[in-house]
Amino acid sequence: MSSAAHHGPNDYYIPESSPWPIVAMLAVFFMLSGTALTINEVGIGAWMILAGFSLLVVMFYGWFGQVIKENLSDQYNEQVDRSFRQGMFWFIASEVFFFLSFFGSLYYIRMIALPWLSGEGYLAESQLLYNQFVADWPTAGPEELGGRFKAMGAWGIPALNTLILLLSGATVTWAHWGLKEDDQKKLVWGLAATIGLGLLFVVFQVYEYRHAYHELNLTLESGVYGSTFYMLTGFHGFHVTMGAVMLMAILVRAIKGHFSPHNHFAFEAVAWYWHFVDVVWLGLFVFVYWM
Amino acid sequence: MAAISKRLGALSVFSLLAGWAGGARAEMALNFPEPAAGVAQEIYDIHMLTSAIATVLLVIILVVVGYSLYFHRKSRGYQADQHFHETWFGQWSWVIVPVLVLGIDLTIADSAQKTLEKVWEVPKNVDLMDVKVIGHQWWWEYEYLDHSVEIDGKPKAVRVESRYLPEDQAGEETAGYLRAVDNPLVLPVGKKVRFLHTSADVLHAFWVPELAVKKDAIPGYVTETWVDLTREGRFSGQCAELCGTWHSRMPIEVEVVSQERFKSWMEEQKQTMLVAAAEASLDKDWTREELMEKGRGNYNTRCASCHQINGEGLPPAFPALTGSAIVMGPLQAHLDIVLNGKPGTAMTPWNTLTDLELASIITYERNAWKNNTGDLVQPRDIKAAR
Amino acid sequence: MSTATIDLAHDHDHEHHGPPKGLKRWLFSTNHKDIGSMYLIFALTMLFAGGVSAMAIRLELFLPGLQLLDPDLYNNLVTNHALIMIFGAVMPAAAGLANWMIPLMIGAPDMALPRLNNLSFWILPAAATMLILSFIVPFFPGGGTQINTGWTIYPPLSVQVGMSMDFLIFALHMLGISSVLASINIIVTIFNMRAPDMKLTQMPIFVWTWLVTAFLLILVIPVLAGGVTMLLFDRHFGTSFFNAAGGGDPVLFQHLFWFFGHPEVYILILPSLGVLASVVPTFSRKPLFGYSSLVGAMIAIMIIGMVVWAHHQYTIGMSLGAVSYFMIGTIIISIPVGLMIFNYMATMWRGAMTFETPMLFAVGILLMFSFGGLTGIMLAVVPADMQYHDSMFVVAHFHYVLMPGAIFGLFAGVFYWLPKWTGHMYDEKLAKIFFWVNVISFNVTFFPQHFIGLAGMPRRIVDYHVMFTEFNVLSSIGAMVFGLSHLLFLYIIIKTVRGGKQAENKVWEGAKGLEWELSSPPPFHSWTTPPKLAAS
Ligand code: HEA
Ligand code: HEA
Ligand code: HEC
Ligand code: CUA
Ligand SMILES: [Cu+2]
Repeated sequence: MSSAAHHGPNDYYIPESSPWPIVAMLAVFFMLSGTALTINEVGIGAWMILAGFSLLVVMFYGWFGQVIKENLSDQYNEQVDRSFRQGMFWFIASEVFFFLSFFGSLYYIRMIALPWLSGEGYLAESQLLYNQFVADWPTAGPEELGGRFKAMGAWGIPALNTLILLLSGATVTWAHWGLKEDDQKKLVWGLAATIGLGLLFVVFQVYEYRHAYHELNLTLESGVYGSTFYMLTGFHGFHVTMGAVMLMAILVRAIKGHFSPHNHFAFEAVAWYWHFVDVVWLGLFVFVYWM
Repeated sequence: MAAISKRLGALSVFSLLAGWAGGARAEMALNFPEPAAGVAQEIYDIHMLTSAIATVLLVIILVVVGYSLYFHRKSRGYQADQHFHETWFGQWSWVIVPVLVLGIDLTIADSAQKTLEKVWEVPKNVDLMDVKVIGHQWWWEYEYLDHSVEIDGKPKAVRVESRYLPEDQAGEETAGYLRAVDNPLVLPVGKKVRFLHTSADVLHAFWVPELAVKKDAIPGYVTETWVDLTREGRFSGQCAELCGTWHSRMPIEVEVVSQERFKSWMEEQKQTMLVAAAEASLDKDWTREELMEKGRGNYNTRCASCHQINGEGLPPAFPALTGSAIVMGPLQAHLDIVLNGKPGTAMTPWNTLTDLELASIITYERNAWKNNTGDLVQPRDIKAAR
Repeated sequence: MSTATIDLAHDHDHEHHGPPKGLKRWLFSTNHKDIGSMYLIFALTMLFAGGVSAMAIRLELFLPGLQLLDPDLYNNLVTNHALIMIFGAVMPAAAGLANWMIPLMIGAPDMALPRLNNLSFWILPAAATMLILSFIVPFFPGGGTQINTGWTIYPPLSVQVGMSMDFLIFALHMLGISSVLASINIIVTIFNMRAPDMKLTQMPIFVWTWLVTAFLLILVIPVLAGGVTMLLFDRHFGTSFFNAAGGGDPVLFQHLFWFFGHPEVYILILPSLGVLASVVPTFSRKPLFGYSSLVGAMIAIMIIGMVVWAHHQYTIGMSLGAVSYFMIGTIIISIPVGLMIFNYMATMWRGAMTFETPMLFAVGILLMFSFGGLTGIMLAVVPADMQYHDSMFVVAHFHYVLMPGAIFGLFAGVFYWLPKWTGHMYDEKLAKIFFWVNVISFNVTFFPQHFIGLAGMPRRIVDYHVMFTEFNVLSSIGAMVFGLSHLLFLYIIIKTVRGGKQAENKVWEGAKGLEWELSSPPPFHSWTTPPKLAAS
């Protein structure tokens, strides 16, 4: 390693200039402006989304490929590793607050706004406008937007999905043990199992949505219940999908033998993410389905 | 415009300075107007208290910083005291300063809390007059919930529609352009009034400085305020929550009058409502001329703020009605959008208008300007479509 | 591993002989100084863009009547003025200072995640494009209506707006992504990249202010993102978060917005107050007074600042208990903020002061920000806010804390460090003229707005009653002078970048800190080996 001479243990690795951030910026820009046009029924929007998404894929491939290359060529020291870890940690922290905004809204609607509409609490006079409204949860509001519907029960698929996700949390930890023991087989199978469970979760959720739309008449338009239900579960499902894709990338790298017991930040980052998604689901299960 | 140029004359630097020195130009106000309600007086007092505290604190800062700027300068040969932060003051200032500030804070909070408790909650078990205040884009509707007339066997609260007066109608004798309205909210002096605020479309806020009430009008919810009116007069306010294009054209006028005048005014209102209701329920075929005549009036007050007197609208926000596919097309679609509005746009349902009013407006729209459809819509068509 | 070796051999030329050449240097940069400069240039551009909107606003308000702008256009200008100033000018400028100064101040070779750093910057121009698109889309056929909601985009009004609102929502998403990524980077840099023997409690206060700011950003920006996402769904996918007919509540959006919005004002002010901690001791030739109480105060601001958001919504109808709580919480903020102001005053006390431009701006902040803060305390008093709310008094309050608070802090920082960045002294005489014109015209612009607010003029109105004429005229005249004075600022900057007296390493006589031990301008890569701190 020629670099070793120049990079002592205390020296920090400063990457060369890189084209990927700009590509990422363009990808985001095209995807978002494409979406803005599409939802307003402007034709080229869809093409822009496609272009942006392709750029995004290329960007991830290129950027992470670069990082992997640098890592494999031993240019990173412990400090760099710490930076990555802390970065991932704070990223997840910001995601937590993103979900909190939805949970907070659910709380506000159920505990504050709906009682007002049905004539309790500080703005009880609101009863004046919607005479007979009684705010039982679930509700589609005083005007029953979206028509009558049935709520999603907690103990069918959702309970099953809880088990699936908890199990996948266990398998990913098992894989981590394998990694630490330098047991390639345990690592690969643990990861594969986690991905399988994650995908199973998504499949069940898709099934659940279809069921809700076709049999329960529970849609996005079903008042606040429909809104909060789909917003929370939808964003969570999206995160599970992302997590599964990331796990697949890790699986490929694990098969290629990229990780060593001491150097596997990428694995851990994805595992943290997966646990985070897990914990969010527990919140969902309790507050969206159960209570 | 004349008013403006007169004002401009007053703007030469000299007169401006003179105006400030003299201070007492009634219109060029520097502070809250004189309160016209007990709660408003409370609020005025707490405002004066906090202003005074703020001024004193600012003066202290100015003096301390000013002293230090003047005396502790290098150019005066002052030597920096490198050990200032090690004196007892330096050691303990982090306790002293917060305690002092906390003291002032608590003084403010304490008197504010007292005022707040008086102002905030509507008193229970007293004789209150309920007025429902409904914000619309861009006019106000007042309903006297305690005063009603019987129409079609059902009690209907007395209501007032209040809209801004265009520049050419708001003369010198009124409160002036953007302050004057066609029908003010009339209230009796000495009475405790409870306002129930709500909105038909977006957020608005009812604000009359002399009464010191300001509350948001939230569609779907009802908020409350109350006042105890202490003096007669005409008080102007404005909508205080951004509500779209003509937010600046939502003035409020409150006319506080003696109890007797209020009574007679209320009687008049009831009579007018009964007459209008009687006319509306006449089961007769109206002629084109009658409908067009009524329609022009109703359209110009109610619809023209958006679709404009000439029917051209203000695209893209407000579509033109001249040549509009809906207005020129089948009647059903036209009735539908006027009666039910279009959710998510400024076009709200107009189903609170009477059949006659709607029939005249729709007839007018279908025949005015260049819209020569020749259609004639009768009140019974509206009744059928409701 | 041979591929990497080849790259590296090639690297070394750059690493030791200066920056890459041409466009690539800027587009692909991983250098904190270059990225910092780009942030600052971007912010300056946006200051002018937001300023042009402000000038249009003031021209319209010059006299009563509808002169220049139709009402929706006026409100659209108000909206983009606020967003451009806050997200485009102040935050990026503060981030630019952070990028330049944090590594220099803590003895780090660069930011912890240099490529991410580049991404956080480059998202900004894209977001700004999106923001500007939201402004111009309505001028095209089929582009829908103007955004007439103000920067607070409250529903249901924001549901009525056309396609432009979607662009705005996505612009906010992108601005949010940029801020969160930048904050992550700053936090990690501060925790992980300090010179080995620098404890957290030895960091310059400026670094501390940014640490606290970055935390705030990470905690509150995602909530804004959540809120505008719900708005997007209400607009297009039939959900009813903010629609009472479906059981939602328009006020929910306000809670989400201000849960972000109030901490945001401390995000804007803290870095600027941090600059003071460098400037004031330097020109007072005296150590900073009360280091630990400054740190404590900041942390208190962060914590209390997160739980008082509803003071922007006193008029929505909250119970007595709720408003009392929010009132007392808000008033209490004067303790930590007051402590910070006090510490700077005490630093000046018995110093040996000189008044170079950065110091002038610092003194300007102490006096005028305090004034703005004191009117803030007046606003916090619930019963009185029944009168002030949504009047021009509020506009006066926040411009006093934003211009002579946040922006003066940035000006102070720019003048303070400009010789370090460029290696040239700026023109002191011109800079002083700039300060005086700026300060005086600022007060002429915004002081009268207190009076028209008290007298009953609401904010966000395009047209007003003649009784408000005099002060509006005065305010508009002040604003024109104020606006033009910034051209002088631009001129001074350009002149300094292009040449001038060579600056010494330690530009200011009384300056302390690691950044002054480097050459002016510092080498492209500085602190490649961590510095040793002088025993303190
Ligand atoms: C940099 C930005 C900034 C800062 C720092 C502040 C600081 C404060 N603000 Fe301000 N504010 C805004 C930006 C800012 N604000 C904006 C942009 C809006 C309008 C948003 C919109 O609606 O569009 C707004 C609106 C606003 C409102 C809502 C008004 C309304 O709409 O009705 C309120 C109400 O409480 C308020 C209060 C305060 C308080 C109490 C502080 C405190 O932090 C101030 C503390 C400082 C001091 C008090 C001075 C120094 C202290 C001393 C000298 C010690 C002694 C003092 C005492 C004992 C009191 N602000
Ligand atoms: C950091 C934030 C920031 C800054 C720096 C400013 C700067 C200025 N602001 Fe603004 N403002 C806000 C944040 C800010 N504002 C916010 C949040 C609102 C509320 C929005 C809402 O209600 O939704 C607002 C609203 C607002 C209003 C109220 C509008 C209304 O309610 O109807 C007004 C009116 O006077 C105003 C004026 C100004 C002026 C004159 C400046 C000046 O300081 C600008 C200085 C000018 C420049 C820096 C320009 C540089 C020079 C040139 C362009 C060349 C010179 C050209 C000419 C003279 C023609 N602002
Ligand atoms: C607050 C503004 C406002 C007022 C007042 C208003 N409208 Fe409208 N109107 C609108 C808007 C906005 C639309 C466009 C709705 C859409 O997006 O399709 C509209 C659409 C219409 C249309 C359909 C036109 C077309 O071609 O799409 C008719 C007809 C109409 N309004 C009639 C009326 C009548 C009658 C009144 C008064 C009784 C009235 N409007 C008052 C805002 C208003
Ligand atoms: Cu109604 Cu503003
Ligand atoms: Cu605030």
